Amino acid sequence: MAIEDDVLVLGGGLAGTTAALAAADQDVQVRLVTHKQSTLRHASGLIDVLGYTPAGDGPLVDPFDALSDLPDGHPYERVGVEAVREALSFFDDVAGEAYAGAHTGANALVPTHGGTVKPTARYPASTAAGLASDDRDTLLVGFETLPDFEAPLAAAHLEAAGVPFTARGVTLSFPGIVRDDAKVTRYAHLLDQNESVSTGAGETGAREALAAAVEAHVEDESRVGFPAILGDEHAAEVRADLADALGVDVFEVPMGPPSLPGLRLEDLLYDALEDAGVRVTSGVPVVEYETGTDGDRIDHVVVDRTGSKLPHRADQYVLATGGLVGKGVRSERERVYEPLFDCHVPHAADRYDWFVDDVFGDQPYARFGLRVDRELRPLTADDEPEFSNLRAAGAVLSGYDFAAEKSGGGVSLATGYVAGTRAGEEGGE
Amino acid sequence: MTTHTDVLVLGGGSTGCGIARDLAMRGLEVTLVERGNLTEGTTGRMHGLLHSGGRYAVSDQASARECIEENEILREIAGHCVEATGGLFVQRPEDSDDYFQEKLEGCRECGIPARVLSGREAREIEPYLADDVKRAIEVPDAAVDPFRLCVANAIDAETHGARIETHAEVIDLLRDGDDIHGVEVRHESGPGKRTHTVAGTTEEITADYVVNATGAWAGQIGNMADLEIEVRPSKGVMTIMNVRQVDTVINRCRPKGDADIIVPHETTAILGTTDEEVDDPDDYPEEQWEVDQMIDTLSELVPILSEARTIRSFWGVRPLYEPPGTGTTDPTDITREFFLLDHAERDGVSGMSTIVGGKLTTYRAMAEEIADHVCDKLGVRASCATADEPLPGSETIETLEAGMDDFGLRSPVARRSKQRLGSRASEVLDTDAANPVVCQCEGVTRAEIQDAITQSGTDLNAVRIRTRASMGNCQGGFCCQNMANELHPEYDEETVRAALDELFQERWKGERHALWGEQLSQAMLNYALHATTMNRDRDPASESGDLEYAAFDSGRQTPQRRADGGN
Repeated sequence: MAIEDDVLVLGGGLAGTTAALAAADQDVQVRLVTHKQSTLRHASGLIDVLGYTPAGDGPLVDPFDALSDLPDGHPYERVGVEAVREALSFFDDVAGEAYAGAHTGANALVPTHGGTVKPTARYPASTAAGLASDDRDTLLVGFETLPDFEAPLAAAHLEAAGVPFTARGVTLSFPGIVRDDAKVTRYAHLLDQNESVSTGAGETGAREALAAAVEAHVEDESRVGFPAILGDEHAAEVRADLADALGVDVFEVPMGPPSLPGLRLEDLLYDALEDAGVRVTSGVPVVEYETGTDGDRIDHVVVDRTGSKLPHRADQYVLATGGLVGKGVRSERERVYEPLFDCHVPHAADRYDWFVDDVFGDQPYARFGLRVDRELRPLTADDEPEFSNLRAAGAVLSGYDFAAEKSGGGVSLATGYVAGTRAGEEGGE
Repeated sequence: MTTHTDVLVLGGGSTGCGIARDLAMRGLEVTLVERGNLTEGTTGRMHGLLHSGGRYAVSDQASARECIEENEILREIAGHCVEATGGLFVQRPEDSDDYFQEKLEGCRECGIPARVLSGREAREIEPYLADDVKRAIEVPDAAVDPFRLCVANAIDAETHGARIETHAEVIDLLRDGDDIHGVEVRHESGPGKRTHTVAGTTEEITADYVVNATGAWAGQIGNMADLEIEVRPSKGVMTIMNVRQVDTVINRCRPKGDADIIVPHETTAILGTTDEEVDDPDDYPEEQWEVDQMIDTLSELVPILSEARTIRSFWGVRPLYEPPGTGTTDPTDITREFFLLDHAERDGVSGMSTIVGGKLTTYRAMAEEIADHVCDKLGVRASCATADEPLPGSETIETLEAGMDDFGLRSPVARRSKQRLGSRASEVLDTDAANPVVCQCEGVTRAEIQDAITQSGTDLNAVRIRTRASMGNCQGGFCCQNMANELHPEYDEETVRAALDELFQERWKGERHALWGEQLSQAMLNYALHATTMNRDRDPASESGDLEYAAFDSGRQTPQRRADGGN
């Protein structure tokens, strides 16, 4: 006996959740199993599709202009351009008004906390007013207790990047933050709950206090950017309150980990999973698997729940366990491997061939992952599918460098969507 | 531009800085020039062992005696740079009993406190020692932070009036007939504190006496004045682990061999080392087998090392020297003693002496001997005070340890900050301004970073060696940017960007040698953070050509606010 579903998705990041949602769209029973926290909390929350070609040309105005020219084996080449469009549109439906960018085929250039701009296809509504192609002058506000974002420096950097507006930065003290090393979630929580804080003017709500601190610094600017700490569950409300109080548009600059926009995206996706009736089992590692009698199909996997071994059987499986960061791809001194099914991971035998000396050079390690066929089934060294009912999606795939191309979100969506849809179609048969 | 000084010291390692401090304390006017950062040559590229002398107790008893003397002095004058870990010479079943006995007797002959422990007693001290470790000799080895030690010498030299110029490369020795009277240097920026993007100048510095303390590079300096200095650079690899598998220095008790020492160092443990002669101290291969050998061989002593996470590896070059005609072939057999080469006696060229050989543990004694020699040359009568005067940071360590002031920091951060800063802690940390943690791995706050920037300008590697920021598990992935942010607004955006790029690339250099397992995952995360999230790899500000912003999505000019406020 085993716990039975039609489709079992392994991995709870952007690719895994998209695969589960796409499979559930085929009216089959879907379960998603995750082990660790997903890497969404590390990510900026932007959905990049393709910002630069693999040769480094860009930033690309329209990612779709370049999608059809990608090399063999690139995940986009595997699924085809049309699937990328469908996947984006699928995401747009899931995300609703929380995300923007669907109104145009062009990439947006979003200011980064490092101060420059990066191309992306979809962005959280919280960043919408900050786009660099919007020529309104901009005030960036940083906080003296948040060393990750030095607003005056970021403003100067934006100008060095040639943005079509004047950017200025100020550094303020954040009302209500008493510890110099408070976590970013503390800032978000203060604003989310609109906690009462002490200011020179007495006790006020945190949002009002923040607006009052910023107000005197706004000159001619009609938009003000903050590090991405403006609330969590009530982020839109926080922004709206600040905008009303300041009489300007308010936006967030995406930050590094832990990233509030990444966490909000995670919440949004898990809410959608719940709505779609996907069963989610978190915090459990898959520890082993069994094949059917012919060895061609995965019969079931076994998860470890606090020492108990629970078999999970499904007709179709989607492997979306992530890349090196998510630990869907692991390595030792002598080898790189995929830990769950030991799928083939092509890599040089000599680990000194896994990298190049320029830190931003063409890094082989950034491409480590599984080769797949056009059905997204992982392939053995002999180009045969590892299993007939296993597909892979997201960063576990090889053939692309998401960091250089700025293609991580798009590849996860496209391959998650295709793997999930196919698994759903076959799992329902 | 020409300037004059009493004594010019070439080389900003421990020896050069020690000499500069010693002479400055004796009242001489001293200028020190260093090609890169302080410690960048050999000092910053060692395993961090403060020798008890046990290592040389059989093969080189003169060195052993000097080590134990200096070991005891440095605990006094540089307490904030030394961690009294103790050390063990560990015997495995296949290691010789006779040698173990020789080691023990040698230690006793040299005045090195030594005690024999059974295998079980040794494992009680260090539980991860291999089960079959037979015996051990306990000696007063310690861990020393070579960066902190060297910088403290430089700071104290400056306090006594010395001029310390880093990033000032000697491009010529000024020789007039049979007399050397100075050098020409090229300042990478300035002179003065380094500032990226500020153009450099050249400068002639003349001196009554020149001390060549460039170690493995001494031969290159000599060549500039047609002097032959037979320095024999020998490389060694060190591999850094992400945690301290041991809290005691672990030495293998056998005559000689590669990969025979583990030194706990701050949050890490450093595995060392190899000994292989190289032709050029600036250009030698750094190879995979060397790293593998460290892990594989030292796993015989501490088995968990085979599965542990390493965060980087680095190589250093020993400035070995032996008098012409000695003819030693194996560099491990070359003496670790130091040599003072007076070029007047040796080559008939006056005005300069060269110091080669030696080791960090005895840097102060070496400096004292050179300073005596220089004073003798210049007819100066002044005595050495470096064995008694504590270095800045070590003046009142006891008071500090007793002090409860955490400067508003969480206690782990406060504890580590105070350990690093020693008696300078309140001067640096006692601030009314916001003082957030800039480097999480090493617990380094803004105040400490700012203090380092005051000393070293825009050179973030110089900030790194002063604070340990970016030297932990993430190897700067999470904090390089924050460190660079601290340079602003004193330095402009372009300068900050150049400084950041340099630090990030430097961190990568050592990380490359640890790219498997957790550290490869970390490298990918760092890459994603800097390339994906920040687009630092394709920053339009650093690329040529204008970006046509109008072609891209400009968003909605008036974002629609949602009535329900939720998202």
